[in-house]
Amino acid sequence: MTDLTDLTLAEARDGLKARDFTAVDLTKAYVAAVEAARDLNAYIVETPEKALAMAAASDERIARGEARPLEGIPLGIKDLFATEGVHTQACSHVLDRFLPPYESTVTANLWADGAVMLGKLNMDEFAMGSSNETSYYGPVTNPWRKRGSNARLVPGGSSGGSAAAVAARICLGATATDTGGSIRQPAAFTGTVGIKPTYGRCSRWGIVAFASSLDQAGPIARDVRDTAILLKSMASVDPKDTTSVDLPVPDYEAAVGRSVKGLKIGIPREYRLDGMPAEIDALWQKGIDILRDAGAEIVEISLPHTKYALPAYYIVAPAEASSNLARYDGVRYGLREKGEDIVDLYETTRAAGFGAEVKRRILIGTYVLSAGYYDAYYLRAQKVRTLIKKDFETVYADGVDAILTPATPSSAFGIGEKAGADPVEMYLNDVFTVTVNMAGLPGIAVPAGLSADGLPLGLQLIGRPFDEETLFTLGAAIEQAAGTVSAERWW
Amino acid sequence: MTIAPRIPDPKKLIKGATGDWEVVIGMEVHAQVTSRSKLFSGASAAYGGAPNSHVSLVDAAMPGMLPVINEECIAQAVRTGLGLKAAINEVSVFDRKNYFYPDLPQGYQISQYKQPIVGEGVVTVDLPDGISIEVGIERLHLEQDAGKSIHDQHPTMSFVDLNRSGVALMEIVSKPDLRSSEEAKAYLSKLRTILRYLGTCDGNMEEGSLRADINVSVRRPGEPLGTRCEIKNVNSIRFAGQAIEYEARRQIGILEDGGVIDQETRLYDPGKGETRSMRSKEEAHDYRYFPDPDLLPLVLDPAWIEGLKAHLPELPDEKKARFIADYGVTPYDAMVLTLERASADYFEQVAKGRDGKAAANFMINELFGRLNKDGRSIEDSPVSADQLGAIVDLIRDGTISGKIAKDLFEIVYTEGGDPRDLVESRGLKQVTDTGAIEKAVDDVIAANPDKVAQAKAKPTLAGWFVGQVMKATGGKANPQAVNDIVKAKLGIE
Repeated sequence: MTDLTDLTLAEARDGLKARDFTAVDLTKAYVAAVEAARDLNAYIVETPEKALAMAAASDERIARGEARPLEGIPLGIKDLFATEGVHTQACSHVLDRFLPPYESTVTANLWADGAVMLGKLNMDEFAMGSSNETSYYGPVTNPWRKRGSNARLVPGGSSGGSAAAVAARICLGATATDTGGSIRQPAAFTGTVGIKPTYGRCSRWGIVAFASSLDQAGPIARDVRDTAILLKSMASVDPKDTTSVDLPVPDYEAAVGRSVKGLKIGIPREYRLDGMPAEIDALWQKGIDILRDAGAEIVEISLPHTKYALPAYYIVAPAEASSNLARYDGVRYGLREKGEDIVDLYETTRAAGFGAEVKRRILIGTYVLSAGYYDAYYLRAQKVRTLIKKDFETVYADGVDAILTPATPSSAFGIGEKAGADPVEMYLNDVFTVTVNMAGLPGIAVPAGLSADGLPLGLQLIGRPFDEETLFTLGAAIEQAAGTVSAERWW
Repeated sequence: MTIAPRIPDPKKLIKGATGDWEVVIGMEVHAQVTSRSKLFSGASAAYGGAPNSHVSLVDAAMPGMLPVINEECIAQAVRTGLGLKAAINEVSVFDRKNYFYPDLPQGYQISQYKQPIVGEGVVTVDLPDGISIEVGIERLHLEQDAGKSIHDQHPTMSFVDLNRSGVALMEIVSKPDLRSSEEAKAYLSKLRTILRYLGTCDGNMEEGSLRADINVSVRRPGEPLGTRCEIKNVNSIRFAGQAIEYEARRQIGILEDGGVIDQETRLYDPGKGETRSMRSKEEAHDYRYFPDPDLLPLVLDPAWIEGLKAHLPELPDEKKARFIADYGVTPYDAMVLTLERASADYFEQVAKGRDGKAAANFMINELFGRLNKDGRSIEDSPVSADQLGAIVDLIRDGTISGKIAKDLFEIVYTEGGDPRDLVESRGLKQVTDTGAIEKAVDDVIAANPDKVAQAKAKPTLAGWFVGQVMKATGGKANPQAVNDIVKAKLGIE
């Protein structure tokens, strides 16, 4: 028998159904793989007993012929999702020892469909970062290395643990979240597939909030089909999240393999940045060629307010974060440092509990909401947001079905490489992805090839609201032509 | 009804050392919405309970929790807006008001800042002198209450009770239309009455269901508004009056000494009867309001609003007008009778098929007085509307005198029983037998020849004879009959 961890989610599902192996066999293989990959620091908490118990229960259901859509499928969970009785800290010191007495809606949906939890995955603290270097639990190492080099690279962020775990084949899929690119950028850096669905498609209940109007959960998996299978289970309307949307969840897997013939694909000229590496440009052209060859119609489009998206994003997201993170005050749960009085307790707790990037964003957010600055920053940023949304509405109204762009402006960089740099340089990682969050649209990142030094590069497809199906169709077409990539095991 | 125009009224001005001053008052009243659960969570909104026994994950601001609007609280706010004759905003927005405090778990209060659910309205306030004034309502918005910090349970630590955290409050903001502590008290009282009629707030000030932030400034009559101070969290109508009186005089004192008023927040200390500074304008928080991204704008269906409007109860002003028109009671009596919905209902039950004026008089003079003495509410009255109606009937048909009626009422109040039976069994029936009365009159005249002589000279002294006869008959003689017979026997007109 081949290594069970080499199977895709769909293959594992079918193998379990055919009784080729048991859920316990599969989970055991993953538990061992997780243990063997500790050097990557993708998991911050492993829950092997829980995983094996869930797998045993899955085997019973399979035996009774009552298998559910994800029966016995081992998954990793980003530390941002509340998991009942299991470490949930958004990889922050400030939430030390916090064990939620509740389960997030998204993970509850996954368990209700039979999935198995392997553990909690590393991430940037409070999902703030693009390299997974802001985690209180240390950086994650990308399973990919440059050809001929042993230098450790970042997996991207903030869902760096999720992307690395999927790429290292130490889970069959992972939950992730995306506020400005936190699913798509790490997916692109690790040769995996990640989709940020339309805002409102997945419930935010039980997910530690970063920027409420932008946060959205989605899956990262090894290929487009697996991603589609996971999103089907994760998505739901939720009475506990009034921003979730009451629309039926389609059978996304059925969209994989559909013809792209006649689909109109927009190529936004504003995404062609000055100084963009030639190989990124070449990759984009490759994607265009693949879709054209498959029968799609390629049209050049304009999204004129694109250049304002990143600055506006870095006003809106920190503003919301500064308010969302106010609850971590040392009073009710998590870290509490000693203080002379209540104000001192707040100050010592928050000074010790938050890392530098989180503090930076709290300060930015507090500043842009302050009296006298609100109109100039927050209000203007919201107006820009409306314009960005209108840009997309206009092209979709003109008949464009989806938009193709690069996912990131570069391939994965080295751990520590940008640590001393201007934080704005790190923020530029999100230049192609933030527009999608600002407009609330779905976006998928799919690998489309390797860089000259052998690192994965990804393309992004942006869809109409709640038209994730078209993204799966197009993503699968690119995948079919470009092929999937996988990291060689060195750890 | 006379609506007094808002021009300086000399009677309401405050005399200072250097001339007259006008006080200008506006109020922000926080009224707890009557609802089973909290504004954004399913936890109970009931008063009391063991500390932290009415707390959901949302109220405790656990990570990843989200607010969900309680539709009943929205309905209550709209009903209140309709009761205040105010514009209902079909689109309103919930904002976050950010500040740190241990009893504010989220680190922000969800409130409504720029787009409240209710816009401008008006409250008609009846003053004791029979004049009514109209007080403008600026807005009404919904917001969350905070929890409670408890400082007297541990030598070095404070405790926090989150039972109230997230309970729905309506903040009702008046325009600066009030010109005296009397007006302010009458406004608070009227607002409370309206809320209780609507059933949207129980108006219980001791439990904190209704509390007021009072803005007070003074000026020379006719001049622009002065700098105001805000007196926070006043929880009784009486204290509101006292706080305003003190604050107005404090400000006048400063101004007359050539000083200036600092815009600040003050607290009223009922023990000392004074206000003291809490924080200055410079110390005021920057609340960094912004729309709460967890909540979509609240959009109300006009048909839903109409549905609520159609089911509104009759409000005190309408009831008062109807009582005047249908029962012929005076405007003052109508106002007193309609202060509480339960009193108005009681009155209508008594007045049905009877003389409204007589019913109103007996209720206000006897029943209300007696209930007040015992600190009882109309709901706990030992005398039912039917019993009271029977007493009124007994007066009306001449079975008992007004004086006896008071005694009868006291018996019914303390012992209970059917008033008609009591009249029989206790021999309270009025004597209308003229023979018996004549006998009594004759006896008094015979015993008092000197008074007879005086009465012939000064006919008003006949009243003395009437009194003596009533005394002799134990109050049971018909006073009119006694009067007639006394006059006839004395030969005076």
